[in-house]
Amino acid sequence: MYPFKEDKNKIQNDSDIEGIIDESVELETELGKKYGKSSLYKDAWRRLVRNKLAMIGLAIVIIMVVIALLSPVIAPYDPNDRIKELSQKGPSYQHWFGTDILGRDIFSRVIYGARISMLVGVVAVSISLAIGLFLGALSGFFGGISDAIIMRIADIFFAFPYILGAIVMMTVLGPGVLNVFIAIGILGWASVARLFRSSILSIKEKEYIEAARALGASNARIILKHIFPNSFAPIIVYSTMNVGTAIIVEAALSFLGLGVQPPTPSWGKMLSESMSYINTAPWLMFFPGLAILITVLGFVLLGDGLRDAFDPKLKR
Amino acid sequence: MKSEDTVLLEVKNLKKYFYLRTGFFFNKTAGSIKAVDNINFFIRRGETFGLVGESGCGKSTAARLILRLIQPTSGEIFYKGKNILTLKRSQMFKYRKEIQIIFQDPYASLSPRMTIGDIVSEPLEVHRIGDKNSRIKEIKHTLKIVGLNPEHVNRYPHEFSGGQRQRVGIARALILQPELIICDEPVSALDVSVQAQILNLMIDLQKEFNLTYLFIAHDLSVVKYVSNRIGVMYLGKIVEVAPAEDLYKKPLHPYTMGLLSAIPIPDPDLEKQRQRIILPGDVPSPINPPSGCRFHPRCPNAQDICSKQEPELKNYPENGNNHFAACFFAGKPINN
Amino acid sequence: MANNLQEKILEVKNLKTYFHTDAGVVKAVDGVNFDLKRGETLGIVGETGSGKSITALTILGLIPIPPGKVESGEIIFEGQDLLKCKISNLKHFRGNRISMIFQDPMTSLNPVFNIGNQLIEAIQAHQNLSKKQSYDKALELLDMVGISDRKKRMKSYPHEFSGGMRQRAMIAMAIANSPSILIADEPTTALDVTIQAQILELIDGLKKKTNSSVILITHDLGVIAKYAERVMVMYAGKPVEFASVNDIFYRPLHPYNLGLIGSVSKLNEEKKERLKPIKGTPPSLIDLPKGCTFALRCKFAIKPCWDSFPPTIEEEQNHFVACFRAKEFLNGSLKRE
Repeated sequence: MYPFKEDKNKIQNDSDIEGIIDESVELETELGKKYGKSSLYKDAWRRLVRNKLAMIGLAIVIIMVVIALLSPVIAPYDPNDRIKELSQKGPSYQHWFGTDILGRDIFSRVIYGARISMLVGVVAVSISLAIGLFLGALSGFFGGISDAIIMRIADIFFAFPYILGAIVMMTVLGPGVLNVFIAIGILGWASVARLFRSSILSIKEKEYIEAARALGASNARIILKHIFPNSFAPIIVYSTMNVGTAIIVEAALSFLGLGVQPPTPSWGKMLSESMSYINTAPWLMFFPGLAILITVLGFVLLGDGLRDAFDPKLKR
Repeated sequence: MKSEDTVLLEVKNLKKYFYLRTGFFFNKTAGSIKAVDNINFFIRRGETFGLVGESGCGKSTAARLILRLIQPTSGEIFYKGKNILTLKRSQMFKYRKEIQIIFQDPYASLSPRMTIGDIVSEPLEVHRIGDKNSRIKEIKHTLKIVGLNPEHVNRYPHEFSGGQRQRVGIARALILQPELIICDEPVSALDVSVQAQILNLMIDLQKEFNLTYLFIAHDLSVVKYVSNRIGVMYLGKIVEVAPAEDLYKKPLHPYTMGLLSAIPIPDPDLEKQRQRIILPGDVPSPINPPSGCRFHPRCPNAQDICSKQEPELKNYPENGNNHFAACFFAGKPINN
Repeated sequence: MANNLQEKILEVKNLKTYFHTDAGVVKAVDGVNFDLKRGETLGIVGETGSGKSITALTILGLIPIPPGKVESGEIIFEGQDLLKCKISNLKHFRGNRISMIFQDPMTSLNPVFNIGNQLIEAIQAHQNLSKKQSYDKALELLDMVGISDRKKRMKSYPHEFSGGMRQRAMIAMAIANSPSILIADEPTTALDVTIQAQILELIDGLKKKTNSSVILITHDLGVIAKYAERVMVMYAGKPVEFASVNDIFYRPLHPYNLGLIGSVSKLNEEKKERLKPIKGTPPSLIDLPKGCTFALRCKFAIKPCWDSFPPTIEEEQNHFVACFRAKEFLNGSLKRE
């Protein structure tokens, strides 16, 4: 019945196998050395380092994080100390960015403002990620009716202008730092969910997922071990950019008086407070505005660089 | 020939229709693709059963049905005499250890974010076999068996060539010591010189571990090299089943004849003498397959009856043992 | 059989095409020499990365520059060196006198234009014909490639065609200007077996009808045996053996060619013989080993193989080999086993 029968020789132990099965083991080792050891993240990092703009973005982000963490150390004054006689003084040696109407040191307030901005960025984006990844996984992996419902809700979120949505949320929740996190976080889930869903849909059909299924791997294992690691790159890119958006929205909400409440220093609030003095004391507006601009730019540049690093169309 | 204890897998009246739906909330059925339409075959323990056909013939769907990656529309699949389609998830889990698959594309079949070690160890983890140390030992041993350097466990798939990746795929299938391995075009994405390495490896492994293969391919010369018996599929149907030698020596179905004749033999003198049968036309869409015998629009021997009635798979014992074909004019030579 | 007195229509001399990438220089084509005679089919065989497709693309001037660069060589067609030709003149050759059939017709046909438009465009690009004349010519071309129901098919879009039909349409475009050379780069790899046979027969028939020459690039030794008259075997960017099809199959002198023949199973064999694969995998084209590129996988390698790449020598009449041990195969002192 078996045509190979005549050369069928029973193999007893390990050392026999090597001899019979493959003569090329040694050679493969040799060739293997030629390919350097690398992984997606190492490769991406190598490309990121070569991208000057992305490195500038990364530097800005790192500096901002350091400033936020160490603001009590860096700031020369207490941000809420009012010195009456110093009201609305321009930049000077003692007060680099000048002082505001109440005589507070703007440099110190900008430094402390970084805390709120970075915190909003990180916390709000984390909330978006938590909701978005969960619902995205649900809709992409299982499909069917849950997919239909989740995606229609996401559509509704998309139909709302972001800022308008944030304003509505804040009026409902009431002002306050915590509510800013929640509002921005909730508003951001839909994009994350959509992004994650689409990458799951493309990965789901891959043969290595089928292989895992054929083994009897559970859905949770497939999502955590296979789908997550393979769909992470676009989510990292998106979230980096999203931090910038969250910072802007926080600034806008605070500007409108719906966000962070005084006296906590927030860049957006500082802008709105300085509105009436734009002609007499332009530095009041200039420095917080610049801080927002630089920080957001930093995140966008980094996000852009990450995208190019993860998706190297030019990689040859 | 066919007795209960030698048959490992038997497929009976297996059907898989994919329904095309339109609309979003209110699904309407717009038609169906009869990907697998009432197929029957069995595989004996220790043999290689080749399943051949062109794209869209349903051979890969059949593989996924046997693995229960998709649910059949109807039919039965007996593994060791048990209908695995009626098994619950937890009962099926036990059988998953025994039936493994090797895929066609060595690039898509390995997760790019997992090391070779992780990939080969996954089956052990899923089935909770051994502890960390014994797993590593097992993984290294298996890598050695398939001809890879066991020291490479911490490398990523993209550091390997296509042939080496396919060896990783084989190691993953092998590590649970399965009985049946479904090979879905395991060499068609590889270079010629590497194909031969992988085919020889698979044959050696079969002898060593007493494996049973369901070998799916579109390349008849590859299938002939590895198979004991071969089934030929066309548009969701099996049109001919026979022992490998008989199928090549005396094909009965005109499609098999055309398929055999379409493959040029790497031998110039022989090739220049050989009369080739060039089948006309394209493979029709499985959405609306032709009536009667599905092959009749392309068949040089077709007559009136072929478009009206569907031929059954019948035994033609005079053409070798257990030679089955589904044709009203089985064995009639084709004159071009 | 190829006749020596036949005129040479194309001559490629010492062609080198390199790609300058971040990781290093990829020597995709590294010193290719061959000639093509009128009316013959020249087969180029090799595996992934052997440089067979890049050779074809270089002839047509389709190499993306950068990263690609033709480092040296001559491509002499109708007495002119295509590599020294002005770009404006090159248009006269590309798609006109020399045309190409690609592996994947779906990516080489434009999905937003119907087949008729694309055919007419191909005709009018090189021929001074009126719209009506071009239309008639297009119908004639569809007939030549065996597409029935032509008027309807002229209005169809590529996605409405099956894979085989698309390849036929591609061929119609390729022969639109009666080229003297047709380069077919893996023309059937993406197609089903029975359709492959149809397309290859079509190309062969057209070649005979128009007395043009075909360069058939493939990895399939069966296709080579059936259609090619002379064969060039390439490995890692270099030609290693160049001879008539019979010499290539029955008197192979290069161990790589020998290995390829041992690697394929033959449908006609009565007895199942174990395949004899070549060990290892093809090398990366960046930092190729010094010496013979095949030495690492070669069971006949001797000391000189590791020091320098063997020169290409005409060991027998019209049988060129680049191997230090070819002479030993030839006089029988070294067994091919």
